[in-house]
Amino acid sequence: MDPLLRIVDLHKSFGSLEVLTGVSTDVARGEKLSIIGPSGSGKTTLLRCINYLEKPTSGHIYIDDKLIGEKQVDGKFVHLSDRELAEERAEIGFVFQRFNLFPHLSALDNVTVAPRRALGVPKAEADARAMAMLEKVGLAHKADEFPERLSGGQQQRVAIARVLAMQPKLLLFDEATSALDPELIGEVLKVMRELADEGRTMVIVTHEIQFAAEVSDRVIFMDGGNIVEEGSPGEILKNANHERTRTFLSQIIER
Amino acid sequence: MIEFIAGYGDYIWDWLPEMAIASLQTLQLMVVSFCLACVLGMIVALLRISRFGVLRAIAKIYIGFFRGVPVLVILYWIYFALPEMGYEVLVISSYTAAILGLGIHGAAFLAEIFRSGIESLHRGQMEAALSLGMTPAKAMSYIILPQAIRVVVPPIANYTVGLLKETALCSIIAAPELMLRAKDLASSSFLPMHAFVLAAIFYYIMSFPLMRLAEHLEVRMGAGR
Amino acid sequence: MGEFLTKLWQWSPEVLPVLWFATGMTVVVTVGALIVALILGLLIALMRISRVRWIRWIALIYTDVLRGTPALVQLFIIYFGLSDLGIEFDPVTAAIVGLGINGAAYVGEIYRAGIEAIHKGQMEASLSLGMTPIKAMRFIILPQAVRIMLPPLCNYAILLVKDTAIISTIAAPEIMFEARRLVQATFMHSVSGQIYLMCAFFYLALTLPLSHIAKRLEQAKERWQ
Repeated sequence: MDPLLRIVDLHKSFGSLEVLTGVSTDVARGEKLSIIGPSGSGKTTLLRCINYLEKPTSGHIYIDDKLIGEKQVDGKFVHLSDRELAEERAEIGFVFQRFNLFPHLSALDNVTVAPRRALGVPKAEADARAMAMLEKVGLAHKADEFPERLSGGQQQRVAIARVLAMQPKLLLFDEATSALDPELIGEVLKVMRELADEGRTMVIVTHEIQFAAEVSDRVIFMDGGNIVEEGSPGEILKNANHERTRTFLSQIIER
Repeated sequence: MIEFIAGYGDYIWDWLPEMAIASLQTLQLMVVSFCLACVLGMIVALLRISRFGVLRAIAKIYIGFFRGVPVLVILYWIYFALPEMGYEVLVISSYTAAILGLGIHGAAFLAEIFRSGIESLHRGQMEAALSLGMTPAKAMSYIILPQAIRVVVPPIANYTVGLLKETALCSIIAAPELMLRAKDLASSSFLPMHAFVLAAIFYYIMSFPLMRLAEHLEVRMGAGR
Repeated sequence: MGEFLTKLWQWSPEVLPVLWFATGMTVVVTVGALIVALILGLLIALMRISRVRWIRWIALIYTDVLRGTPALVQLFIIYFGLSDLGIEFDPVTAAIVGLGINGAAYVGEIYRAGIEAIHKGQMEASLSLGMTPIKAMRFIILPQAVRIMLPPLCNYAILLVKDTAIISTIAAPEIMFEARRLVQATFMHSVSGQIYLMCAFFYLALTLPLSHIAKRLEQAKERWQ
């Protein structure tokens, strides 16, 4: 089977600082990939390049063999219009570290706004879909609450429901639990675990090594803008080859 | 004090209705200028945050210029200078000149308020909206602007109070409003202090509800975040 | 447009020196009024936080009325009105007094907000450490409050510069008055547009640097917080 996601030689610089130095990897359909690494390693930037929140300096990304963020016109690569980009992003689900719920909308409206306004789904159908997703993350009873009344863990779960309502092919998690108080992390990880069990394709940037080990098919260790090592969770976490990997892991696990 | 009030004498019976009518003219002037300033201000604000450097630059210059120059200069320019330079076709009434002057000047302030409002929103809001597959335009309509409106209402209320007071300057270009009426009554009666104090009372009556509203909005919308 | 600019260039040698001196007068009035406002404003602010009710009320009414009526009306009341009572002011003094009294209302609010922003916990900590309230004010509260107050004070200064334009109505020899005088000299009628444009630039020469300073102060304040 063709990989769902292909990242080919991705470079990204912010001014003179090169944050991604030629990253390449594939993610198969239904694969769960975890990315770990120290801060500044480029893992968040990599994730943000996949849904084109950051424009790569060079390199290409393909989802289902379709070029993301650009198109080829007469052999040259050209930027997409706002609409085309929006359509592509609709198929990718991105969960932010800081949730980014829309404070002026209730939980239910947060989940329905994108299907209704971006996809044109009629209200009744959007509401039904939204309630189903909120049910899935265990928050159907909070549908009419506004974000400021929800705990961090609840907000993040609503954010996940919001993403699921768009029925994306690929789920990206950018340190989804890093901004949560410890006692709230569990409820979010539970939802993520369920999504993994459903066979979804997920790319997870995380500090939760334990969780990464349980849920992933493959783990990538990034440092200095590139992939230093990759392998199954067992390989990486127990028997890392590289010095840097082992140093990082020992620091994390000590915590 | 008593002497002062006695000084109004019989004038008060004429002055009260005349100033009341002039106050209505002032309010009308304020409302129309406000509408112009709002519309222009929104346009300039959108230019200010446009992705095209040229448009942003034009907006920046507009805002920088009109915020740094007294509104009186603008009023003079529109009302006196244009006709005097020989552009007969642009001879306009003082009322129109007043509206244009206040509107064009005010737009610069409102544009800054709008821009601040939009930018005060966390960048994450835009990113979340884009990630969900909305175009920037849709993200603006459904996510950014609704929130921005809540943020800009208090400063706009404040601006409105200032605008009410600015209408008094239009008396200098003889636009029909309260201050001009007060000057007329002052000179025809040789009781300037009485005339202007009464005018001040009318102004205060008009601005009092606006000021209270502005304070109330400040509390309601400021604390909300 | 070309003709406009040519005339601008042609007439500059006549116009610029006049406006230059007028700008000096604008600066004098601004500084004078600012000093009055800073001193009187402090008094008002202290009255506003007094523990005696009626003192608080007087200051509150003062502030509200002066902020709720146009500065032009206040200026006229002081200038024309007081001449009624036999007190004669020359235009410049009247301008400084009028704008200063008006300014005290704004500056008072700035002081008050600054002090109240710091007040509680800091005062409690200082008192707990054994300082008298006065020492606490002097060494702990006011130094911090000053940093908070500088940006709005600077912004007020900018407003004041622009407000000085209104004193042209009482014949104070500042920018707008001198400009109007030039324009009314028959041979300069046709370049009134250029003359007022030059006025605008002189104002900008005063307000733009102040804006820059205000921005820097704001950034310094944010970093410090």
